[in-house]
Amino acid sequence: MPSNTPSFVRHNMLPEAAPPISERGLIKWLRENLFSTPLNIAMTFIGLWVIYSIIRGLAPWFYNGVWTAESIRECYDILDGTKGACFAVLKERFPQLVYGFKYPSSEYWRVNLSVFLLLLALAPILFSKMPRNMLIFSIVYPFLAYWLIWGGTVLIPVLALLGVIIGATIFRLLSSKSFVGAAILSLIAAIIFWTLTGYIIDYAEGFVALKAVPSRDMGGFMLNLLLGTIAVSLSIPLGILLALGRQSDMPIIKWICVMFIEFIRGVPLITLLFVANVVLAFFFPPGTSLDLILRVIIMMTFFNAAYIAEVVRGGLAALHSGQQEAASSLGLDYSQSMRLIILPQALKVSIPGIVNVSVGMLKDTTLVSIISMFDLVGMIRGPILSSTAWNGVYWELFGAAAAIFFVVCYSVSQYSQWLERQLETDNR
Amino acid sequence: MVSYNPTYKQAFRPSMLLNDKRYRSYTFQFFALFILICIIAYLGKNLVQNLAAAGLNISYNFLGTPAGYDINQRLVEYNSQSTHLRAAFVGVLNTLLVAFLGCITATVVGITAGILRLSNNWIVSKLMGVYVEIFRNVPVLIWILIINSIFVALLPQPRAFRGENPEATMLFDAFAFTGRGVYIPKPVLYEGGSIVLATFILSLIAIFVYRRYARKALFEHGVVIPVFWRSVAILFVPTLAMFFLLGNPIGLEYPELKGFNFKGGIWARGSLISLWLALSIYTGAFIAEIVRAGIQSVGKGQSEAAGALGLRSNLIMNLVILPQALRVIIPPLISFYLNITKNSSLALAVGYMDITATLGGITLNQTGRAIEAILLLMLFYLVISLSISAIMNVYNRSIRLKER
Repeated sequence: MPSNTPSFVRHNMLPEAAPPISERGLIKWLRENLFSTPLNIAMTFIGLWVIYSIIRGLAPWFYNGVWTAESIRECYDILDGTKGACFAVLKERFPQLVYGFKYPSSEYWRVNLSVFLLLLALAPILFSKMPRNMLIFSIVYPFLAYWLIWGGTVLIPVLALLGVIIGATIFRLLSSKSFVGAAILSLIAAIIFWTLTGYIIDYAEGFVALKAVPSRDMGGFMLNLLLGTIAVSLSIPLGILLALGRQSDMPIIKWICVMFIEFIRGVPLITLLFVANVVLAFFFPPGTSLDLILRVIIMMTFFNAAYIAEVVRGGLAALHSGQQEAASSLGLDYSQSMRLIILPQALKVSIPGIVNVSVGMLKDTTLVSIISMFDLVGMIRGPILSSTAWNGVYWELFGAAAAIFFVVCYSVSQYSQWLERQLETDNR
Repeated sequence: MVSYNPTYKQAFRPSMLLNDKRYRSYTFQFFALFILICIIAYLGKNLVQNLAAAGLNISYNFLGTPAGYDINQRLVEYNSQSTHLRAAFVGVLNTLLVAFLGCITATVVGITAGILRLSNNWIVSKLMGVYVEIFRNVPVLIWILIINSIFVALLPQPRAFRGENPEATMLFDAFAFTGRGVYIPKPVLYEGGSIVLATFILSLIAIFVYRRYARKALFEHGVVIPVFWRSVAILFVPTLAMFFLLGNPIGLEYPELKGFNFKGGIWARGSLISLWLALSIYTGAFIAEIVRAGIQSVGKGQSEAAGALGLRSNLIMNLVILPQALRVIIPPLISFYLNITKNSSLALAVGYMDITATLGGITLNQTGRAIEAILLLMLFYLVISLSISAIMNVYNRSIRLKER
């Protein structure tokens, strides 16, 4: 310190003072986020009032809720004029809400098991860090789940799986020569195998059989999950094909795809379900009768595929045309460049969109209640609300249905957002 | 000297149909078309056989026969002796009515929620986040049914309004919320009422012309003409003056309790209200997300740059942020309008008589003409959605960034 400094100038630094109380911690946060301007203060109080009135309205309803009663009358007797929910209906009708009212109760474990295995089968698809060997189980899963849910002899899924394996092996061996030729040949081989072994099944109906459950006995939330999962998993490959067709430079193929996509996207799902319900039967050969559930799955697959095609088209359009040109200049043909260069990148971009569309599909499975199938909503509107015991229990039932869908759809959409963040860090 | 001859062309050989890239696409397309024709022929053959077996034919004559059922919510004259075609027309109008109302309220709800979600206020933005997530992740059918249950289970029946000490009272003596629906006052035109209405429409046109004039003056001569308060004046002053000059020629007809039910006023059925509210709140949650994404898509530098140029905050919003945000917001917004129209077909679940419930529901069941009715139904929705997407394409072309 130079000696000519005036004496009124401080010679040594003061210790650092803590920020004033209004500028730190909770108070700072409150001032900035809740009470910064008069408008903000007003909004805070309005927000608090909204929360308070929601809690005040709902808390006693939950708190006083009756969990054991035989009917709504009994609920009212127990509540004795106080405000409260009648959750007893959820307890008493739980199996109906989840499995429908016809699925044999001794076989519920099969449904539970297949839902649990579904999570296992989905894990390697959803999370790329899971061991890759688990993908084998994901391939086996559809056949296993079919056997578990519908029952019957184990030979049906086993032979179906064998046919797929035979087709895949032939394809593997021949695809280096010609992609299209290998695809057609393996398809023919699989079909021949299935036709031949079909005769075996007729004679071995009891071989390692579970109790068979016909499709019309499926119901409850299980039916929503069933329709949603099958329609989504079938529609992804179909949607990718449609998107490729729409991008194609062959006018006829392009127009077939465009017309299909625009037609399906232009009409509400409910009209397609009407088609499944009353019209589709006219287009099958006389004498055949397909399950309603199968017809609904066909229409839902078409519906979802059209939307997925649009998402994938967006992903394809986002790719730089240099990728395709580079692939061509390396001498890759169309199928090779699509499989190895274009689709892996385009699908990566469109996965969040595909997940969103699929959540929409799962929500739309409730529409089957309108064509009198007994899914979760159909069960509530039909057998439960119209029964004399529970006539008038609206809030508890619809609230429970909303909660179930919320849990499933919210977790899937959170997954999609997580995935979006993962992909973003990968790309840039 | 050897010269390269670019016009050289290989003679055509049949094997080139498979191996030569120039011709292979024709082969593929030919096969695709062939397979498509085969499938259509197969389905058509089955259809003809099935129809013959059931003793049916394809005929639209049923549209001219009396429908024989009643439609309670209707915008045009209709009774049970009207034709099926008329019933379908009533249904079309009902679909358009609920879709129109739904689009307006969904936009209002969505924009409000989207802006509030970006608010600095922690509680409000979290509340809006909860609203968006809850409504987006539950099927719209469940929301329709829940709101319909309010009418079925909570609201009082009209008879509760009777007596000396009624259990329920009307709001402002004008609005009655009952289990049968909502009764609101109905505007009635007396003599001269149409003149007031015409004045109002004329002042709307005048505002439009005035704003264009002000804009032109700004862009061409750099003269700023105040717009807002003058527009408000043009909107209200002539109409109100005309209203009082002609001696209150527009009145309200209030709903009144007559016997066990309300008479007079406009009776909006519970089914209409629940469908309308559910569609707007559900779609509003999606629109809120679009609005939020749209506003966030405009970089912070844009508003900072506008501020550096000396623009005031409302001008920043109007001239810089909104024009860029709207480019992102409007295309998905229009496709959500389309979604509302398509989702309005869920009217069937609450008994609102839209086109799906009349043509695809009762008419189909009464006449058994499934194929014809559903084809017409799909045609209606297709026409609407294709025309909306045509409008959208024109719009997208007009706002495309002019890149050089």
